[in-house]
Order: sequence, then C-alpha cells, then structure tokens
Amino acid sequence: MGRTLAEKIWDDHVVRSHAGEPDLLFIDLHLIHEVTSPQAFDGLRLSGRTVRRPDLTLATEDHNIPTTDLDKPIADLVSRTQVETLRRNAEEFGVRLHPMGDIDQGIVHVVGPQLGLTQPGMTIVCGDSHTSTHGAFGSIAFGIGTSEVEHVLATQSLSQAKPKMMAVDVVGELPPGSTAKDLILALITQETTGGGQGYIVEYRGEAIRKLSMEARMTICNMSIEWGAKAGLIAPDQTTYEYLKDRVHAPQGEQWDEAVAYWDSLVTDDDAHFDKIITIDASTVTPFVTWGTNPGQGVPLSANVPIPDEFEDANEKVAAERALEYMGLTAGTPMREIDIDTVFIGSCTNGRMEDLRVVADIIKGRTVADNTRVLVVPGSVRVRLQAEEEGLDLVFKEAGAEWRGAGCSMCLGMNPDTLTPGERSASTSNRNFEGRQGKGGRTHLVSPEVAAATAVLGHLAAPSDLPALTTTGA
Amino acid sequence: MEKFTSHTGVAAPLRRSNVDTDQIIPAVYLKRVTRSGFEDGLFAAWRNDPEFVLNQPAYEKATVLIAGPDFGTGSSREHAVWALQNYGFKAVISSRFGDIFRGNSGKAGLLAAEVDEKVVQALWDHVEANPGAQVTLDLESRTVSAGEGVDRVEDSFTIDDYTRWRLLEGLDDVAITLSHEDHIEAYEAKRLPFKPATL
Ligand code: SF4
Repeated sequence: MGRTLAEKIWDDHVVRSHAGEPDLLFIDLHLIHEVTSPQAFDGLRLSGRTVRRPDLTLATEDHNIPTTDLDKPIADLVSRTQVETLRRNAEEFGVRLHPMGDIDQGIVHVVGPQLGLTQPGMTIVCGDSHTSTHGAFGSIAFGIGTSEVEHVLATQSLSQAKPKMMAVDVVGELPPGSTAKDLILALITQETTGGGQGYIVEYRGEAIRKLSMEARMTICNMSIEWGAKAGLIAPDQTTYEYLKDRVHAPQGEQWDEAVAYWDSLVTDDDAHFDKIITIDASTVTPFVTWGTNPGQGVPLSANVPIPDEFEDANEKVAAERALEYMGLTAGTPMREIDIDTVFIGSCTNGRMEDLRVVADIIKGRTVADNTRVLVVPGSVRVRLQAEEEGLDLVFKEAGAEWRGAGCSMCLGMNPDTLTPGERSASTSNRNFEGRQGKGGRTHLVSPEVAAATAVLGHLAAPSDLPALTTTGA
Repeated sequence: MEKFTSHTGVAAPLRRSNVDTDQIIPAVYLKRVTRSGFEDGLFAAWRNDPEFVLNQPAYEKATVLIAGPDFGTGSSREHAVWALQNYGFKAVISSRFGDIFRGNSGKAGLLAAEVDEKVVQALWDHVEANPGAQVTLDLESRTVSAGEGVDRVEDSFTIDDYTRWRLLEGLDDVAITLSHEDHIEAYEAKRLPFKPATL
C-alpha cells in the first residue's frame, strides 16, 4: 500500500524500531532559544554529556529580548540572565548562536527558513510549539519540551510514537481579500482547538498549491492551535524557488540530487489517511477571533456569538467565560469593537510579505487616534529588507512604531505588553487569557485586517477604508 | 527520576476546560534558568481570587488535580509541568490533554491520567461533596479510585505502555537512548549527503 508524505519522511528517519516501543527518530535540525533550553544544558552538564551534533543545532535569541534600545543591555535582569545563560551554553557546548545585534538574529521560525536550513524531507524540532511552521517545506517539524531538548542535544534523536495521519483537503479558491490567515482561523474554528489532536496533518488542494511559501508557513504555523502534532505541505516548484541559492541550500550537483529526492515526497494515490476533512476556501472571508482560544472565531462580518446558542455545554460555559474576560457583549457586530493596540509581527505573520501588505494598505493614511500600532519584524534581515524598500518610513509616517526583531507582544515576555483590559488586534497566533500581558484582550487577525484596523481604530477589513483621494496637479 | 507506582492524595477540582499552558504558567514566569521555583507562577492569574479552588483550605495540600477537557494545550513550555510539580502535584486527571503537555509530563515524572469525561464529572462531584477527599491513582493497574461504599468512584485511566513502563521504572530517557548508540551511528553513516549543517 502507498504511503503518505509524512509516513515517507518518518520512515526515512527511523533509527531504531522495536515492537511495543516508540520509534527512535533521527533529528536533522534542532533549533534553540533562550527560554526552553537552560535546564536542558544544565541536565547535560550534570550527567557529564555533550552535544552530539552541534553541526545540526542552531540557537538564536527571540522570546525575551527588547525591541527598543537595542544598543543597551537588557533592562530586565531576569531576562538578561536567561539570554546570557544561552550565550554561555552556546559557547561551552560549541553551538552556533545568532545573538542580539547579529544580522541573522530573529524569531527562530523565521530564521531557519530564511537561512535555507529548513528544507523538504527533514525532521526539525525546537523547544517551541510553533515549530510546526517549518512543515510548510514538506518536513516533519514539531515542538518539544525541555526534557526532549536535552534528549536531542545528547543523542540527536527522539523517541516518538507514530501519530495518526490526517489530510485537510482545501477545495475551491480563496476569494480576493481573503488570506492564508483567514483560512487557518476558519479551519480552527470549524475543527475546534482539539480537532487535530494526535495527528500529523497534510494540507492539500489547489488553494494550498497557489499559496506563496510565506503564506504556507502561516498555515502550518497554526497547526498546533487545533492540536495537531505537526502540519505539512508537499514541496513543489514554489518551495524550490524559495530555497534555491539560500546560504544553506544544497549547491551544484547536490541541488539536483536533493530535488530528485524532494520530488519523491508526495502522498501516494493509494495512501491511507486515518481522517480526511474538507474546507471550502471559496467561502472564507476575513476572519477574526472573539474569545480566548484560537477556535473561538467568526467572520469579521458576523457578531459576537450568543453563548446560549452553543449546543455543547462545555463550549457554552467556555464562551460565557471568554466574553466576560474579553469584556464583550453577545450580539455586538465584530466591526464595532474598538481596538487600543495593533500588533503586527510574530512567526505567524512577521515576514516580508506581511509587512509589504500592511505598508500597502497604510501608505498615505494615518493610524487612528488613541490606537497604538507596533510593527515588529520577524528577523533582523526582514527589518533590513523592509527598510531598504522604505516600508519603515511608510509605517512611521502613518504613526506606527517600527521596532527591532523578536517575538515581542506575541507573548509579552519583553516590555511589549498589554495592560489589564487593553484590547489588541494581533497578527500572532494565540489569544489565550493574559497571553499578551496580564488582563490583556487579544483578537487574532490577518495582516490585512490589522492594517485596516490600525487606520479605523475598530476591527475592519481593507474594503472598509475610504478610498484615498489623490492629490497633486 | 523517581519511580511512580501509585499515589494517593487530596484532589482539587479544577472545573475549567481548555486550560492552556499560558494559564498554567504565564510567560513572565518562565525566566528562571533552574527547574525549581515555578510554583509561584502556577495559575498566576487566578491565584489572587479567594474563590479559586487552590485557595480553599480543604485543597491546600492537594497533590492530584482533576481538570476539564483539553488541559495543557498550547505552548511547549515544560515549565507548566514543573510548576505543577513544584507546587506539589503528583498527578493530573483530565479527559483530554494537549499532546506536548502529556509528553512533557511523562518525561518529568508527573502522571497525566486520561479518563472518560464521565469519570471527571464523578470525581468532581465526589471531591466537592467531600472537600479534602483523597483520590488514588494506581499506575500498575491503571485505575483511579476515590471514596467508599455507595460513594465509591472507580474506573480505569489511559496512559501509553511505554510511558507507564518508564514511570514505573523511573528511567532516564537519555540513558535508554544512549544504550542504542550503535543504531544512531549506523543511521548517521548513511544519511543523505545534501542535508544541511549549521557549522
Ligand atoms: S513569535 Fe510568538 S509564537 Fe512565534 S516563537 Fe515567538 S512567542 Fe512563539
């Protein structure tokens, strides 16, 4: 019988297989950051072990670091200790690190693809749940805990029970004005936050094939938000074009060899999926969340839902609690929700395409009064590229803040946080209670919706913006 | 890691679903570089509320947490497991766990016992009717039980064989894998030549 794409990659990485035990998988790339690694390195030290393959390991600083005053030491002492601990560990164990100030520093899931280290057919892990992002290249990529980080450091392998296989067939085409972010938010609402649990998910179909690499990363990034172990997309010409000539992409003859292998990474026609679900892209419109988990979303054109209308008792209670936390009244049109802060960034939507789209919409317009807008590039290279294209000027002229690269307000570990009761429209991936700061209220949105919201001060789509009057002779 | 065979302790009912890892421990508490001291951040947003279950005297010494479905979804932070352990919890019972959380629990020695939704309900009812009541989790027989006579709640819980074995034996994962180092070497010798390297 045929195999799925994920099964082929899995089989190619089995180091040891034994009945009654999980498979031991070889790990091709291990990404590291400051928050989930200190205890792992400590574990190595305590047991007198070394990093088995520093040459398959890469560290960067992203979660904790400030996005302003980049030339000064980190003001928060505990954050500084964590960052310094990573630097010491990288030095002691011979791991390559891109620290603050380095041109290749950035959010770990932006840096890997950008360097060409993320390639089809690989196994990639990181002590971060959004490692699923790298699945966009046709890899098995997933987040691990700190004990597993230690395990990979020591052995370059991981024991894993084989997940079940699911296919998401995206039929139809995304209508103009609808984006990859809207699609994945709609899918998570359709399937709920637990719907993907226990599965590796392959996203397929025409609408997926038409997406750029960056949009595919947005989709795979949020696989974890509906509980999937990993999400992936079969590699194709779009993938190869993105990869070609990147620093760590195969060169010369090796490129041809690699492509020949990558071409084999497709799900066979007679492969078996444990589950297949379908979503119709043509029905997807700009989509936003109203609640406190990513599965609590509605189209922007809809209203805040009425808890009594949920059939499931748990969902009803969860909705009541969410509305209370979010300070929302059932039945309010989503467009009437005023926004205090717009956050544009994160490993979901902090790449070049995202910034270009936002700049396009904001250009010639101004940010609404009483709305704070933070634009945080996903990496230093994204920042520099944006500056080369003059996007920073567009943002600043409109009244938005242009920041240094990092996770920033996606999780509020650095000074970029919401205050209690403050409401954000955020291009990130989690709207959990307190995620962006204690008491903060988060609406997840696409970069397009974020930009229009920045201008109007309430949740909005670009189509809501008045046309720009052209001035001049 | 300590061996885990069975545990009996006061159980606290956490009547919430979708308790994600940001709820278990918010990001601002993740800055330590040790494995201890995370109890301060456990359920930080709720701990100021005198009504919150862990603030009630009956559950002060709780070592078992009975939670709603989808406990531990979200981030990969193992700090969520450490925070529960640092606080004193030995086991969490739920009808569904976030995948990474469950994996982390197994590695760190916290028992994540998956039971039917009805069992969660019965246990909630039992410990609320008898605040401070104890619940027993027997890993050998994979059973959870509480109470006596007509009040007795007893059912099985699910945990995968491998994790159960490791917990019962108290085995260190890295040592197990390193005993198969010859397999890793053999794999490395035949890896595809065009795979990227960072150094
Ligand atoms: S940007 Fe947000 S989701 Fe992505 S790695 Fe950073 S904190 Fe995690």
